[in-house]
Amino acid sequence: MNAMPSFHAPDLDGAGAPAQLAVENLTLRYATHAALVTATENVSFSVRRGERFVLLGPSGCGKSSLLKSIGGFIAPASGRILVNGREVTGPGPDRMMVFQEFDQLMPWKTVLGNVMFPLVETRKFARRDEAEAHALATIAKVGLAKFAHSFPHELSGGMKQRAAIARALAMEPEALLMDEPFAALDALTRRTMQQELLKLWEELRFTLMFVTHSIEEAVRLAQRIILLSPHPGRIRDEFRTGADEAPAALERRIESLLFTDGGGI
Amino acid sequence: MTLPVSIPLAASAPAPAARTLPLWRRAFNITALRRGLILVALAALWQAYAVWADNPLMFPSFTETAQAFWQGIASGGLLGKAWTSVQVLLMGYALGVALAGVLAALAASTRIGEDLLATLVAMFNPLPAIALLPLALLWFGLGTPSLLFVLVHAVLWPLALNMSSGFAAVTETLRMAGRNYGLRGLRYVALILIPAAFPSILTGLKVAWAFAWRTLIAAELVFGVASGSGGLGWFIFENKNRLETASVFAGLGAVILIGLLVEGLVFRTIEIATVRKWGMQR
Repeated sequence: MNAMPSFHAPDLDGAGAPAQLAVENLTLRYATHAALVTATENVSFSVRRGERFVLLGPSGCGKSSLLKSIGGFIAPASGRILVNGREVTGPGPDRMMVFQEFDQLMPWKTVLGNVMFPLVETRKFARRDEAEAHALATIAKVGLAKFAHSFPHELSGGMKQRAAIARALAMEPEALLMDEPFAALDALTRRTMQQELLKLWEELRFTLMFVTHSIEEAVRLAQRIILLSPHPGRIRDEFRTGADEAPAALERRIESLLFTDGGGI
Repeated sequence: MTLPVSIPLAASAPAPAARTLPLWRRAFNITALRRGLILVALAALWQAYAVWADNPLMFPSFTETAQAFWQGIASGGLLGKAWTSVQVLLMGYALGVALAGVLAALAASTRIGEDLLATLVAMFNPLPAIALLPLALLWFGLGTPSLLFVLVHAVLWPLALNMSSGFAAVTETLRMAGRNYGLRGLRYVALILIPAAFPSILTGLKVAWAFAWRTLIAAELVFGVASGSGGLGWFIFENKNRLETASVFAGLGAVILIGLLVEGLVFRTIEIATVRKWGMQR
């Protein structure tokens, strides 16, 4: 039995690649009406260029907050986040987010309009027709060529997520940040989307940071997995997927770690 | 191509996926036609009652009113009076919309602005615009400025309320998606918040239009001639004094007609071209 069916990237897995994204001693807090809650505490890790990196953890481990913080939407209470050595101070098109919710697309724009919007807003291309050509090419890559002129409400959930992925990828960001993008999809569509994401990565080799609570999804998508424990979120362990361990075995290993000593949930 | 099981219909031509409905059902699906039919029925009812009551001084028939309407247009300056009203209305409306936009933008961007708007709306929205007319007359005298003052009051609060609740309802995801591209300030409001809140804004514009229209007619009734010829309200008042009841009806008809026209043509067109096309409203 072959270990991982769809990726072979030993060249990027080497130690030579520089850290593109570094999280250093990051603590995140948010205030509710009554209390100051610590979402993550003293988390450090780094992601190399072109790596597929998954943050895995049960709900309440702050994985989503962590990703939003890297996106620049939540300011750290302490610690810092570096992208290519520069500290993150706010949201920016160098870190494109893909969210779980389908309403991340602008309903008043077509798929093409949605994909073009950040390209035009950030003046990525000197001319509008160049931006359009690039947007159309990216839309074709995610298999939505026929729906480029459809409005989001005319699309299925999976197609909406594809459009959101196209919008993010078209920007050719330093990192693609995905916050449980497939969690609201049915099981079959989720499988397909995972395959397609891996295929896109094979082609474009973007840096992927993916948040999920599904062990199966993490093992399928990641080259490296960081497991977070909840309340507050701390790094529990780190795993590498690879040929020396079957995915099913790795899944079992993570599962037993989560459930045996009661620290998981 | 062979089918594993023989299906009785397979030999004949396949049934078309869509069959056109009979003409009367297709016609019945046209909203304008259905509503037109209701109008015709109401007019017939009116005519029947008026003929039966036989008291043109109190209740003129539909045909008498239609005649008075036509005469009003031909010789009585009904169009000119309507235009006077609409002009003042448009001015007041535009002013109110602009102010509501400022207030709602303030409310969307700062917490104190939000509190300010909430307090002002709670205070002034229940206050009938017409109740401000005496004060307006005191401050601005007899004339268009007084009308504009009450119109702005009629438009501002319901619209600002709808706008700001529309802004507040824009989902966090869409906000983050917008800020992801580095959008901020006015561009963020114009390119993300306003289109995302457009269904609410449009509702607010409609409500405000109706409020403004009825306030204006009421003000003109109280007020009489504001500028030169006076408006539709004045037309109604004048004809009542002359006991030209059919013309009073015609004036009221003109008020309704303009309201319908704006609702049916202007707002409906905007609605179809925006929120319906975007699937934000059924």
